[in-house]
Amino acid sequence: MAIRNAKIVTGAGPVIAKGTVVVRKGLIEAVGENVPVPADAMIVEGEGLTVYPGLIDSLSTLGQPGAITAATANAGRGGRGQNAAPATTAAPVNPLAALAAAATLTPVARGPEDRPQTTSWIKIADEVSPNDRRIETVRAAGFTTVASFPTRGIFAGQGAVIDLLTGEKPGEMVMASPIGQYISVTRSGGFGGGFPSSLMGYLAYIRQLYIDMEHYKLVKDAYAKNPRGMQRPEYDRALEGLLDSPRILLPANRAVEIERMLKLAQELRQPTVIYGGRETFRPEAVAALKKYNAPVLVNMKWPEKARDTDPDEVDSMRLLETRDKAASAPAALAKAGVKFALYSDGMDVPRDLQRAVKKAIDAGLSREDALRALTLSPAEIYGVADRVGSIEKGKVGNLVVTRGDLFDDRTKVEMILVDGRKYTPPTDAAPFGGRGATVTDDPGAAGGKR
Amino acid sequence: MKRLLLTAVAAIAPLCAQTYVIQNATVMTVSKGTIKGGSIVVKDGKIAEVGEKVTIPPGAKIIDASNQYVTPGIIDCHSHIGGDGGINEGSTSVSSMVDIKDIINPEDIAIYRALAGGVTTANILHGSANSIGGKTLPLKMRWGKDAEGLIFEGATPGIKFALGENPKRAGNPAGGGVNATPARYPATRMGVEDVIREAFNDAKAYKAEWDAYDAAKAKGESPIPPRRDLQMEALKEVLEGKRFVHVHSYRADEILMMIRIADENGFKVRTFQHVLEGYKVAKEIAAHGAGASTFSDWWSYKVEAFDAIPYNAALMTKKGVVVSLNSDDAELMRHLNSEAGKAMKYGGLTEEEALALVTLNPAKQLGIENRVGSIEVGKDADLVIFDKMPLSAYAKVQKVLIDGTVYFDRDNEISGRAAKEAEKQKLIDKEKNPRGTQPATAPRRPQQ
Repeated sequence: MAIRNAKIVTGAGPVIAKGTVVVRKGLIEAVGENVPVPADAMIVEGEGLTVYPGLIDSLSTLGQPGAITAATANAGRGGRGQNAAPATTAAPVNPLAALAAAATLTPVARGPEDRPQTTSWIKIADEVSPNDRRIETVRAAGFTTVASFPTRGIFAGQGAVIDLLTGEKPGEMVMASPIGQYISVTRSGGFGGGFPSSLMGYLAYIRQLYIDMEHYKLVKDAYAKNPRGMQRPEYDRALEGLLDSPRILLPANRAVEIERMLKLAQELRQPTVIYGGRETFRPEAVAALKKYNAPVLVNMKWPEKARDTDPDEVDSMRLLETRDKAASAPAALAKAGVKFALYSDGMDVPRDLQRAVKKAIDAGLSREDALRALTLSPAEIYGVADRVGSIEKGKVGNLVVTRGDLFDDRTKVEMILVDGRKYTPPTDAAPFGGRGATVTDDPGAAGGKR
Repeated sequence: MKRLLLTAVAAIAPLCAQTYVIQNATVMTVSKGTIKGGSIVVKDGKIAEVGEKVTIPPGAKIIDASNQYVTPGIIDCHSHIGGDGGINEGSTSVSSMVDIKDIINPEDIAIYRALAGGVTTANILHGSANSIGGKTLPLKMRWGKDAEGLIFEGATPGIKFALGENPKRAGNPAGGGVNATPARYPATRMGVEDVIREAFNDAKAYKAEWDAYDAAKAKGESPIPPRRDLQMEALKEVLEGKRFVHVHSYRADEILMMIRIADENGFKVRTFQHVLEGYKVAKEIAAHGAGASTFSDWWSYKVEAFDAIPYNAALMTKKGVVVSLNSDDAELMRHLNSEAGKAMKYGGLTEEEALALVTLNPAKQLGIENRVGSIEVGKDADLVIFDKMPLSAYAKVQKVLIDGTVYFDRDNEISGRAAKEAEKQKLIDKEKNPRGTQPATAPRRPQQ
């Protein structure tokens, strides 16, 4: 396929005002101003169209039908009702959730030895399904790729970068796996009581598990070197899961939480990505991320005043500031040179996603930086920038073709290419479609309706 | 705008540690008597000079404290403020793997309010849900600093133990209501004793394992180290005297029980907390070398807290126990000075002895008396200026210095309120009516 005479925003160099992109066998064969159109190519006339690299949602549960969209970073008691929807509404129907639910049948954990709320060995790549109906709507907003993670439990499991193909074999969707371990410090539904039950308990547990991992590795290596005369170390799938993970995702929204988690990450000596990032508009949060040189995934579901609150109750200054300034966080991060990506937190209506990005742009984020935070930056964070994130020769043929600027209100997504396969957004999912702008406070409910 | 926001966040932007001279005050040093018309020189965060006549260093800022009183910063030996995500890890009988240090929340407004009550240092304890609770540490109330900046640097950390009703009831459906988590051992006072004893048996075995490893390593061998266990590590530190034990306790019999366990296992109880029946066993507490941190007149909130008397602090003091009065409560924390005053009425302590209950004595209990607790040359300049006799209920805190920096100033606080209120109102109005923040192209929609 060749798209010619189109404006091409490559994301890796200057914008090509009028050029051609050639995609063959799922890969970008050529891109440039004077690229000849191959004789066998299906031609798309790009007059008036703009081609962008496919967008990447840096934290998602897509590809897990029935999965709860639980990626609400709600570390500690910072949530205070706003944006802290409990991730318990959707019934667990997929095998992952069933596995996690099985954990409730085991006795209540009394300490770290019981490995509470841990399924670190689960790999999303093994469980991914093209039958997730959310894929289609998210793709209509220009997303071709997501970093999908299991999200139930403390050590929820290992994510994968997946391409948003539908009706194909699951294995085709997986671009990279494992890409990291999703760690949370909130109790997911159905786990009952037991250890840990407080934030300090969660932190102690996370610390202990990494101490155990180091020790496990030491003993295992010694045994592999010379098993004679040495007691065989027990196989521990929880620790195997940690050893497999190239990086960890830690939740942190408030500046205090960001500092706390970065300090913990340093202690654990694990490459770390912070997710949540609600207060990254605050200088002290940005400074901490810079100091520890850690990337952050910023939740695009900007905090709003909960609609069912007591009208006479006045929120704290800090909370008011956070709601006022949250959308300016990406701009602050870009200015400071902190690597960041944006994520949807379960938003899957194209209109909502577009509005969310636009809000960050209105708060000072440049369009280039916005695009980067949804393409090359997440690709770099997960170590797949050699495959996706920009329109370059040899990379995967993930493209979004729009009429108008990608982040403008009235822009229409004309066509999406995933692995070179062409998808046209369904009309009802297009911006200004029948769905309207329902901003839901409860990501679980949105997922459950489908 | 940005400036305004920053000052609003920090409430009082702490001034740089500069040189101060507090003049013409009644200086209650606690350790070296009271100086009428005295002055204090504060330099580089420390107390440089105290007396009726001092040399005023060049460039020093003069604080005129005529008709006012200066005391050492108040120290609260039992507090639960400034923590995130719960102060009880109640799911397990021995939660020594958890650490308050991990969850310090420097944004807790209770820190600022404690400061406004003259508190400069507080021992932040784990709750009392379990026989052996989590790790603890003293913080300085340096409002505006980050979590790391609150930590009382160099202070010996602690651990919370708890006896009696709380640990035996926690998690037990019989006491915890219908929604309680499943029953958790122990359910009796005997069980509490057993949990602590068992834990130390385990800790000694753990220690032996590490000692053997260290010995082998010293001999030049390269053995595989034992597994590090955070739960056991904290108790190993207790056995090695590197971590202070603060025991939540009420009844005389369980206090004696705890002393026996400590003696058997070769460690010391650093303080008994609450210790409402301490007056009955003051001699034994003193003989063990433990401190007692109690309330002035707060009791009868549960059966084990009935046999209490207001003379407790004074009686234990007279038997040679180092006694402090604590708050265990963010509100009580703001007037510990008047709590101390009650010990003069009930038990006849002197002014100095009474004030020591909330300054020098808790400093001793926390092992930080070389740094804080009294007004002496060389100690940290943690000072409180009161407008009236500090042990009186009418006394109001005017200024609080920590490490020679003014962290609370009553005049600034009051004069700054209008600006902060206006700033807040601006945000509230903006949220109600976000006109101007919408892009011009946005379609009109009903407010959601």
